[in-house]
Amino acid sequence: MATHSVAEDCEQLRKAFAGWGTNEGLIISILAHRSSAQIKLIRETYAQTYGEDLLKDLDKELSSDFERVVVLWALDPAERDAFLANEATKRWTSSNQVLVEITCTRTSDQLLLAKQAYHARFKRSLEEDVAYRSSGDFRKLLVPLASTYRYEGDEVNMTLAKSEAKILHEKISEKAYNHEDVIRILSTRGKAQINATLNHYKNEFGNDINKDLKTDPKDEFLAVLRATVKCLTRPEKYFEKVLRLAINKRGTDEGALTRVVTTRAEIDMKIIKEEYHKRNSVTLDHAIGKDTTGDYEKMLLALICHGDA
Amino acid sequence: MALSDEFQALTKSFSGFGVDEKSMISVLGKWHKDDIKSYRKESPHFVQDDRLFEKWVDPRVAFLEHEFLRFKNAVVLWTMHPWERDARLMKEALDGQAYGVIIEVACTRSSEELLGARRAYHSLFDHSIEEDVASRVNDSHRKLLVGLVSSYRYEGTKVQEAIAKSEAKILFAAKKNADKKNPIEDEEVVRIVTTRSKPHLKAIFKHCKEINEDVDDESILAKTMQCLCTPQTYFSKVLDASLCHGADENTKKALTRVIVTRADEEDMKAIKEEYHKQHGVSLSKNIDDVVNGNFKDFLLTLIARGD
Repeated sequence: MATHSVAEDCEQLRKAFAGWGTNEGLIISILAHRSSAQIKLIRETYAQTYGEDLLKDLDKELSSDFERVVVLWALDPAERDAFLANEATKRWTSSNQVLVEITCTRTSDQLLLAKQAYHARFKRSLEEDVAYRSSGDFRKLLVPLASTYRYEGDEVNMTLAKSEAKILHEKISEKAYNHEDVIRILSTRGKAQINATLNHYKNEFGNDINKDLKTDPKDEFLAVLRATVKCLTRPEKYFEKVLRLAINKRGTDEGALTRVVTTRAEIDMKIIKEEYHKRNSVTLDHAIGKDTTGDYEKMLLALICHGDA
Repeated sequence: MALSDEFQALTKSFSGFGVDEKSMISVLGKWHKDDIKSYRKESPHFVQDDRLFEKWVDPRVAFLEHEFLRFKNAVVLWTMHPWERDARLMKEALDGQAYGVIIEVACTRSSEELLGARRAYHSLFDHSIEEDVASRVNDSHRKLLVGLVSSYRYEGTKVQEAIAKSEAKILFAAKKNADKKNPIEDEEVVRIVTTRSKPHLKAIFKHCKEINEDVDDESILAKTMQCLCTPQTYFSKVLDASLCHGADENTKKALTRVIVTRADEEDMKAIKEEYHKQHGVSLSKNIDDVVNGNFKDFLLTLIARGD
């Protein structure tokens, strides 16, 4: 891979905005192939050289879906999470899932950085906004998920796994899905511990916990609980499903597609692609190619190959 | 010193706050064994045994153990990294169900300090503090405590005044309704108190006082608000209680905890001023009167830092 100087990148980007219209191809070819650390440097140098914020210029020059994917990609991962989370607190319904996604698929420290970025950008904490804008059972679940700083070690207590699997099974059988203990276990235990608990759940009671949580397909809270479990234990499967639903929806759910691609490109996109291929018999590239067009499509395709060198 | 004076000094050393090492050395060190025997016969700390010897009263020996350990505990706690210190204090409080201490640590530290303590907790105990608090607190305190230890409050100064006003009304209404529903079980109260920033809460506190003068009471909610908005008032109360005659061990321990954890903070100056205002004497003078020995000297030195 050719080495590029940051100064050159800035000059090229500036050229891409010059004159009428915008040279989107140039923007894609540069930004899609830089890591978040490199983009950070580019933004700083751009600001020093031209006295303007690269993001504002992108905002001015680009349109809708394409703009969104480029701008999101150009944000530092923590800023990106903060931005997406804030957006989610302002919307209703499906935004609950976005909050679960961000708080449960990130590592403890990634979530912490997102919260710090949130303070800086919005002059409030993520927790207070999530709390203020949600209510009832959703608040009971989402606020702890946003606040928690999970233990990330491998230490697992098998006795605890047994007893907590029992508690979960009991409450779920009683349809007490919003019970304090269900929420406590899912929102405070470390991921390794939760994995052990849910494995034990399956061994002891026969079903995957998410199967038992499917009793009412219309219940939004159950859907959010299932998403929580999936994000905590099998994030790549969770993301595959989001992508699959986004692409197959009449038209395409660009919001979800853009979000997953930009937030996972540097993390686990390779595994998600494998999962997608396994589940859908076509590659993610193929599916995106069929369903999207123009610069938006080009950018997405470039990003999902980001890690492949 | 006359023998009776020595008796008194020694008795005080065996029953006060901290031990007077100098007295013990100078008195016991030089006493003839007959003097010691007289002491045993006279002192309420010994009982005559059936087999004709004066026996130490057991609880008194246990008491002494606490008193001798005070200096050591203060030194060890002082030398510790603040994160380890706070993590261990919260663990001990959780084990002993001393929820007031958990509230104290979670609310009077800055967001970064509390976060550091949560990190240290991972290393020391292989769990997160929120999972331990959530699984071990099974009563009405759970929601509040879990929320407080998990908080990562915005630390800037920006306050949304209109929202602060309406949230003050919510808190006030919950307090008025306290005999029907415990305020700390009210979702909205817990939301406000565990997620809002301190400047925002101070604005709420101000509005609450405007609605109703009588904001000070002994409820958990009041203590929590005090820790968040006027920590110096809270600490001054805790210190005073610890120096009271007849205070129990948990109350006495607060003396070490508060002084060691606040000595290097901006707080200590404010605490000393508040203490003087509330009690008419300086904190140092009270400690000098009530506490003994190396423990006393250490505390007084810590308080005087930054003067």
